[in-house]
Amino acid sequence: MQNIKDTKLGSTEFPSGIRVDHDPDDLWGDSRFVVNIGPTHPAMHGALRMVAKLNGETIESSYCEMGYTHRAKEKLGENRTYHQFIVYTDRLNYCSSLMNNVGYALAVEKLMGIEVPERCVWIRMIVSEIARVIDHLVCIGINAVDLGAFSYFLYGYHQREEAYTIIEKLCGARLTTSYTRIGGLMQDAPEGFEREVKAWVAKTRTVLDEMDRLLTGNKIWQMRTVGVTPFNKEQCLQYSYSGPNARAAGLDIDLRRDQPYLYYKNVEFDVPVCQNGDTFDRYLVRVHEIRQSLNIIAQCADRMKKGPIWSEDKRVRIPDKDVVHNTMEGLIYHFKFFMTGFDVPAGEAYTAIEASNGELAFYIVSKGGPKAHRMRIRGPSVWHYQGISPMVKGWKIADLIGALGSVNVIAGELDR
Amino acid sequence: MDTFDWVATAVKILIVLVPLLSVAPVMAWVERRGSALMQNRKGPNRIGPLGLLQSIPDAIKFMGKEDPIPGHVEKFYYVLAPLASLIVPFLTFAVIPFASSMTIDGRVINFQIADLNVGFLFILAVGSLGVYGIIMAGWSSNNKYALLGSLRSSSQMISYELSMGLSVIGIVMAFSTVHLGEIARAQGEVLMTLGPLTIPKWGIFIQPLGFLIFLTTAFAETNRLPFDLPEGESELVAGYHLEYGSMKFALFMMAEYMNMAVASGFIASLYFGGWQMLPGMHSVLDVLGLSGLTFDIVRVAFEALSFLLKLCFFMWFFVWVRWTLPRFRYDQLMDFGWKVLLPLSLANIFITGVMIYYRWY
Repeated sequence: MQNIKDTKLGSTEFPSGIRVDHDPDDLWGDSRFVVNIGPTHPAMHGALRMVAKLNGETIESSYCEMGYTHRAKEKLGENRTYHQFIVYTDRLNYCSSLMNNVGYALAVEKLMGIEVPERCVWIRMIVSEIARVIDHLVCIGINAVDLGAFSYFLYGYHQREEAYTIIEKLCGARLTTSYTRIGGLMQDAPEGFEREVKAWVAKTRTVLDEMDRLLTGNKIWQMRTVGVTPFNKEQCLQYSYSGPNARAAGLDIDLRRDQPYLYYKNVEFDVPVCQNGDTFDRYLVRVHEIRQSLNIIAQCADRMKKGPIWSEDKRVRIPDKDVVHNTMEGLIYHFKFFMTGFDVPAGEAYTAIEASNGELAFYIVSKGGPKAHRMRIRGPSVWHYQGISPMVKGWKIADLIGALGSVNVIAGELDR
Repeated sequence: MDTFDWVATAVKILIVLVPLLSVAPVMAWVERRGSALMQNRKGPNRIGPLGLLQSIPDAIKFMGKEDPIPGHVEKFYYVLAPLASLIVPFLTFAVIPFASSMTIDGRVINFQIADLNVGFLFILAVGSLGVYGIIMAGWSSNNKYALLGSLRSSSQMISYELSMGLSVIGIVMAFSTVHLGEIARAQGEVLMTLGPLTIPKWGIFIQPLGFLIFLTTAFAETNRLPFDLPEGESELVAGYHLEYGSMKFALFMMAEYMNMAVASGFIASLYFGGWQMLPGMHSVLDVLGLSGLTFDIVRVAFEALSFLLKLCFFMWFFVWVRWTLPRFRYDQLMDFGWKVLLPLSLANIFITGVMIYYRWY
């Protein structure tokens, strides 16, 4: 084959004079070592796939593939009534399904112009922040596991399980909660909910301090993360990064503060921002955000009062169970309500919330009727995942794993 | 060699071999219970008291599994690799003394299977064969992750063996011998007396820097966290033993634990007085007031127990570190080996030389 000579920029000239230009982005074009990471690799968080071309252990180029968990959620949103879609929102970012429930309920309520009572909003805020804490605990824990620190992960995981026990008391489910309803909640918080939440907040604070002491100052951890796989401000803007990953790079954005929804303008909290956007900063921002979220939860629990949890709007009010079980009219209404759904006026609404990973948004177009005409979901992981390739270029294969863990790509909201 | 020698050697081999073979199941239990202790979990607790018998069903499971050989592997080396890994720790443990000597019928028995005059050089020489098992496994598996794992492993072992060997030179200079039995014996002398406290001439007291270097390299040599890059579970799936299942995988696991035992035994004999009795044991022996052969047997038992306890401490130390620290990155590991440990071990030799010149030892 010595007659075939490689000219510059990846084109091959054959003896017959035919010249074949290689796509410079084509990984398979030369004889480098190509490894396929995923979709069933132990470090892949969900069914993600990356293909990396290695020079030694250094990643020369790589590409990401998505779509292994695609379930056509958005299309399903156009074929299900508004209530039926709630269960699909659980499966977006399954680490913080409560927050997705809240975001979706807010989107439909905005479209219908419904106000929910005060207690309902406080509960929604508490569950959102609990979901954020869970998500961040899992993210930093798994990130540590990827880099070899296993015990760290289980400390956080224990608190996560405790939180799930509280959530279980709210709605009977641990992971796929489906807690919110359009115009209200599935059911009111149980007796003593505030007390339990506050106890959990106090415990989580001490556990987080312990985790902080164990890992943040650890020399090996810092060697593995500080300055590794940075993604600077410009790149973050280029790739539409949001949430903790953007804040790690110094973009001071937080929808809870910048366009307050729920009662976020009534509570005190800081938005932690780092500067370098490396793996360590993405970790650190999350640690600090957990602290802030715990503060928010404590404030909400203090200010929560007894009261109704349902909007008085007749269109969305689910009939009470004793009415359903004891009166014929109630039963018929209940049946009709759930079988045919309720009418949503024509219009469109884009509602974004600050989910644990970044800006989670629901864009709903209604032409009237019980089903959405168009439903689109902006899952932050889509943008974050696309940034992985440029992020890890020139770094080692072990850094790729660390970067992926720190960016916290969740396959559920990536592929939808 | 007459019958007496044969019998004595056979008994010694049994004394070493049986515990060494049971290291893997026991350590598997210790590792799981130990990690559970550190992680607020319960760990295996169903079979036997405290889950102690958990290893038995585990072993049965390993043996009962189907043992397929994938079609894409290089069969000969694929099968050879686990054996090559396993033989090394058996060979190396042969020269580690686990008790002093006793006299039966006017004949001296040294409690050391092979009393080699090259001593620890033998351990270093044979210990470096261990990398062959890993390289063979990675290469013959014909799998990219396994290959990466074995490549990492070979460069890691070569770089850390250097520092390991050099750090032991300090001990050799201090005791003027490479003979492990004599090193252990020499550590019984008194270094200094601080009031009621008698500090023996253990390796750690006269070679603290050498000890730290040796400890670090021992972690690297046994592929344990923070140096478990050849396996690097999250990056390389399972590293060099990715394509192995059933008993072949179990052999790799046994080899890892036995390597830990060898490294712990090596640390104990070089730096913690080997079979020298732990503080307090001498007084117990005096209180018992035995004499003759009984005294000798009890003394040897105490010495072996001391050695075992020291060994167990380091085995626990391995587990302890594994569940605490994150993992290095490959290039950081190499940097650490060549730019930190190697200069330090050379400096250690220099310092030791200066101290010997001024007769501080």
